[in-house]
Amino acid sequence: MIEIENVSKAYGRSVVVDGVTLTLPSRGITSIIGPNGAGKSTLLSMVSRLLPMDRGHVRVDGLDIADAASDVLARRLSILRQDNSISVRLTVRELVTFGRYPHSKGRPTAADREHVERALGYLGLDGLADRFLDELSGGQRQRAFVAMVLCQDTDYMLLDEPLNNLDMKHAVSMMQLLRGAADEFGKTVVLVLHDINFASCYSDHIVAMRDGRVIHQGSPEALIRPDVLAEIYDLDIAVETIGGRPIGIYYLGSGSARRQQMPGPNG
Amino acid sequence: MARHRPTIVLVLLSLLALAAMAAFMTVGAKGQWSFVLPFRGIRLAALLLVAYAVAVSTVLFQTITNNRILTPSIMGFDALYILIQTVVVFAFGSAHLASLGPNVLFVVEVAVMVAFSALLYRWLLSGDVRGLHLLLLVGVIFGALFRSLSNLMQRMIDPLDFAVLQDRFFASFNTVHSEILGMAGLAVVAVSVAGWRLFRTFDVLALGRENAINLGLEHRRLISVVLVLVTILVSVSTALVGPVTFFGLLVANLAYQLAGSPRHGVVLPVAILLAVICLVGGQIVLQHLFAFDTALSVVIEFLGGITFILLLLSRTRR
Ligand SMILES: Nc1ncnc2c1ncn2[C@@H]1O[C@H](COP(=O)(O)OP(=O)(O)O)[C@@H](O)[C@H]1O
Ligand SMILES: [Mg+2]
Repeated sequence: MIEIENVSKAYGRSVVVDGVTLTLPSRGITSIIGPNGAGKSTLLSMVSRLLPMDRGHVRVDGLDIADAASDVLARRLSILRQDNSISVRLTVRELVTFGRYPHSKGRPTAADREHVERALGYLGLDGLADRFLDELSGGQRQRAFVAMVLCQDTDYMLLDEPLNNLDMKHAVSMMQLLRGAADEFGKTVVLVLHDINFASCYSDHIVAMRDGRVIHQGSPEALIRPDVLAEIYDLDIAVETIGGRPIGIYYLGSGSARRQQMPGPNG
Repeated sequence: MARHRPTIVLVLLSLLALAAMAAFMTVGAKGQWSFVLPFRGIRLAALLLVAYAVAVSTVLFQTITNNRILTPSIMGFDALYILIQTVVVFAFGSAHLASLGPNVLFVVEVAVMVAFSALLYRWLLSGDVRGLHLLLLVGVIFGALFRSLSNLMQRMIDPLDFAVLQDRFFASFNTVHSEILGMAGLAVVAVSVAGWRLFRTFDVLALGRENAINLGLEHRRLISVVLVLVTILVSVSTALVGPVTFFGLLVANLAYQLAGSPRHGVVLPVAILLAVICLVGGQIVLQHLFAFDTALSVVIEFLGGITFILLLLSRTRR
């Protein structure tokens, strides 16, 4: 369980995370949704101790991240950031092997190497393992970074927009992979998503943020509703039930959606 | 082939470095060996210490700052050391200093240097000053400031004191300060032992702050420790041969190119060997082939300066 208690962060005068209190349940997938600039990445960075918070506490399994030893936390919790750039020129396999560092402390054993190969396989990177990261497409690089996080084999995985740059097929298989990690290995996955329909189809719990606050949370059925979505995104989103899941139709935007609903004066 | 490349490079460079050292000890020796060998041996030892200190300090500095352009000397570290030397002379006067002896003085200077640079550069590298170009600018300004302050104070010192201490300020490859060789060697060994215990973290630190923390490093503490090690190494090389601005940049970037692996287990030894080859080999070539006695630092700075400009250009183009 991750307990977030009254966490705040401000840059100068602008408060970007504003007293967030939130409990993220163990096991299963929690998606965080919300418009750009809502403070999702900032919150995730603070929970994963990458960014100092101005106020508040975060506890992971009861361990306060402010006092806990960094290497102990690294075996419990891992994070994929939204922007990953590395100044060193690494191959995919070298990068993924770093995911084992918290366990191997730089001397990977045979078991560590097995972990690496398995993670490469899960993300369909077998054929790319010896390529340099700067020789990959954006989506392939994104998968390499996710493989590194997977390799770290922590109970908690925080992923900031893991579907960035992925095509539909790879996005679906990434979500299935995470679903499998939650169901079969009891992992706790927390991810930031922009596609509300992925959130709807794959999460156990959805948290909606806006202007640095949590404004809604609950099951997909409770969150993926026109009135709730309008409040989160300032956008009229029709919701249809397809295959038993609420699916938001947002491609047409408010203007055209309204035009369809309300025929013109002569129509 | 690609897998064996680091080994091949290391073996070749080791042979070259050994050849350079052997040549340095023997080529053109006139007179008695019992005189020539110790005399040259001391100079060689000093050059080796400098090569090691510059190579290791530059690579580690670039590792903790995640870039390949900034180096301790470009950021004004050695100018700071010269300033501290000057202040110490200024404050005590030459009579006092002579009684203290060069070793005590060296230790005092290194201690002051570590304290100051810890404050100054930790702030600078804490992430408040963002962007490579801004950091570079601040470093250049610091360097200029330290140098002007040193010059000013050197002018204000009693001319007699100055005459006595002049050679301390103007150490160079040809007027090596060998009287502190023992102490400098000791400092380098101490740094190496401390560095050895952190060795496995270097590759992770190179991935950047966020990745290092995610992988469980105590990033802040490690950066501070490495910065202290770097500072001591810079002090050693500056005390022995004076400031060399672009030498570190040259060997570090050559090492990244040649090593064929970003691992510090490869890059650090390659950088050290390259530095030895440049300094010792360069000295022989210039001295015996071209009969230039003073040109080594000029040549090295020239090549290093060109490397610096090329690196800056290739960055802006990207
Ligand atoms: N280093 C920073 N300095 C100033 N403002 C920042 C900084 N980082 C983020 N912000 C601001 O904080 C707000 C929240 O950012 P972020 O957490 O990245 O949003 P999200 O991930 O939800 O899109 C944004 O308005 C952004 O401009
Ligand atoms: Mg974000």
